Amino acid sequence: MEPFSTHTGIGVPLRRSNVDTDQIIPAVYLKRVTRTGFDDGLFAAWRQHEDFILNTEPFSRGSVLVAGPDFGTGSSREHAVWALMDYGFRVVISSRFGDIFRGNSAKGGLVAAQCEQPDVELLWKLLETEPGTEVTVDLRERTVQAKDLTVAFQIDDYTRWRLLEGLDDIGLTLRHEPDITAYEQVRPGWLPVTTPAH
Amino acid sequence: MTEARTLAEKVWDRHVVRKGEGQEPDLLYIDLHLVHEVTSPQAFDGLRLAGRRVRRPDLTIATEDHNVPTKDVELPIADPVSRTQVETLRRNCAEFGVDLYPMNHAEQGIVHIIGPQLGLTQPGMTVVCGDSHTSTHGAFGAMAFGIGTSEVEHVLATQTLPLKPFKTMAINVNSADGTLRPGVTSKDVVLAIIAKIGTGGGQGYVLEYRGNVIDNLSMEARMTICNMSIEAGARAGMIAPDQVTYDFIAGRDHAPKGEAWDAALADWQTLRTDEGALFDAEVDIDADTLTPFVTWGTNPGQGLPLGENVPDPATIPDENERIAAERALDYMGLEAGMPLRDVRVDTVFVGSCTNGRIEDLRAAAKVLDGRSLAKGVRMLVVPGSMRVRFQAEDEGLDKVFTAAGAEWRSAGCSMCLGMNPDQLAPGERSASTSNRNFEGRQGKGGRTHLVSPVVAAATAVRGTLSSPEDLD
Repeated sequence: MEPFSTHTGIGVPLRRSNVDTDQIIPAVYLKRVTRTGFDDGLFAAWRQHEDFILNTEPFSRGSVLVAGPDFGTGSSREHAVWALMDYGFRVVISSRFGDIFRGNSAKGGLVAAQCEQPDVELLWKLLETEPGTEVTVDLRERTVQAKDLTVAFQIDDYTRWRLLEGLDDIGLTLRHEPDITAYEQVRPGWLPVTTPAH
Repeated sequence: MTEARTLAEKVWDRHVVRKGEGQEPDLLYIDLHLVHEVTSPQAFDGLRLAGRRVRRPDLTIATEDHNVPTKDVELPIADPVSRTQVETLRRNCAEFGVDLYPMNHAEQGIVHIIGPQLGLTQPGMTVVCGDSHTSTHGAFGAMAFGIGTSEVEHVLATQTLPLKPFKTMAINVNSADGTLRPGVTSKDVVLAIIAKIGTGGGQGYVLEYRGNVIDNLSMEARMTICNMSIEAGARAGMIAPDQVTYDFIAGRDHAPKGEAWDAALADWQTLRTDEGALFDAEVDIDADTLTPFVTWGTNPGQGLPLGENVPDPATIPDENERIAAERALDYMGLEAGMPLRDVRVDTVFVGSCTNGRIEDLRAAAKVLDGRSLAKGVRMLVVPGSMRVRFQAEDEGLDKVFTAAGAEWRSAGCSMCLGMNPDQLAPGERSASTSNRNFEGRQGKGGRTHLVSPVVAAATAVRGTLSSPEDLD
């Protein structure tokens, strides 16, 4: 994973709440077995409408999505993160994220920056009145800055550290392999195994 | 004396391989990993690239459910992309030594139906799957939650997950005598809970459902409730195991036997929230006031009792919710103020990991028995697993459905998410026993009303959203 420290790009105001992962990428796009090439599925239904924000300039070139509350709820599909990143997004800002989506973002290197809703509203106003405004997201300082506006965002320390370092979770866990083996030796014997029972 | 703990905390604590230091998450052991074709191919690819193996194939089980057709199942899958995904799963399972229940196998079915029916889901376990409805297994007092594909790879490689403890929320569901009113089911209970706490209300929490109504529910009904915990934003939902749980598990293929059963049972009996243990939040549901519930909008929190009218967005004070409601009514093609009972549907779907178990099919069949579908309504009945299908056929339920004019299908996720050919056409409207009414969920432009199996069946007969009492 590429380390992330700061990112600057065009902010896209998405005034919708409860943007579930079925909206981010409909199920029909999940049939692929690859990890890339999901950009065509991003907001596929909404992008069919000419006036959808990603169909308008300069927002089609955006890389910082500013969304309403409860972004990424619903299905666990990590394809939602892949689709956002394949399209070019590096940061999503919302006042509340679906838990699984937030976890998936961290794995893929997408920053899920949690801002207070009033701050989201300020960003929306700014991005709507001055389309094309660049937004700078500083992970080290945990700030979002656009023109004269600077607001704070929340992200937990561990996720921030992993993103800053670009670390792979499996590699980190395997450093504790002896602990896993020790745990396995004391698991109760009656716990089930999946090998066919007959 | 040790500190009083909740059920969730007890299950968590017994799985900590390594306690995180400072901001570090705990490393949690995973007892059961369920795998299906949609969220696993990239994970197996990751293992291959890194030269890693599956650490515990004996704690991993795979099936084909999301993509599989539910008719003409003996033919090759017609959609080449779906077929590739299913074939990829077969290759990966063979290469990595994971047992797989493929299409046409007697044990095939939706992951969340087959885990419990094989006896693999047991109290106190940690259960994960690359599917958000893994919360279903919490009905057994397991800590069960959905994960993304990177985490699937992580569990395959290490049989663990780094996780921060969840907060705990008690959902107390009580009525005067512990029962639900006639025609009210566990689906109505969970839809009412979601409408009350909202789609984000459970975020960061594991919910524990408690109270006399929960105590009196069957395992099937408990699974329906835990299944939809994710629709309230929660990672997991749990119910403390009791005699109902033990009776369900006893004798199943993977259930402990003999002395192992005694040891397991002694352990399971400790899996209750201690007297005096504190939850981070509590919510009370008065089940005496509950009536059949339906959704009117495009998220599962947008639900109301069937007897009410489509809400008027203008009366919603919160601006974001008002805009969401306006958008939802526009998408759903509904007018504010119209009685929900007047909403006409084209399609009725009975099935899914929420309501695709034998008890659900029995309930729907009982309503349909001796009746027939309203003109212009098509109804799909899709058992959640092949075993459910066989059992239903043994009981003659398939005959009841087909006599009424419904289609009797083979097992899979089907129209719940429309990854296979079972989809709504643009503008079509369904009453569906599934779990999500998102825009386009059941097919592009499709409109979904979430309902219980008995409301689904009554709706199929009348052609408009109905409960069984409307049929008399």
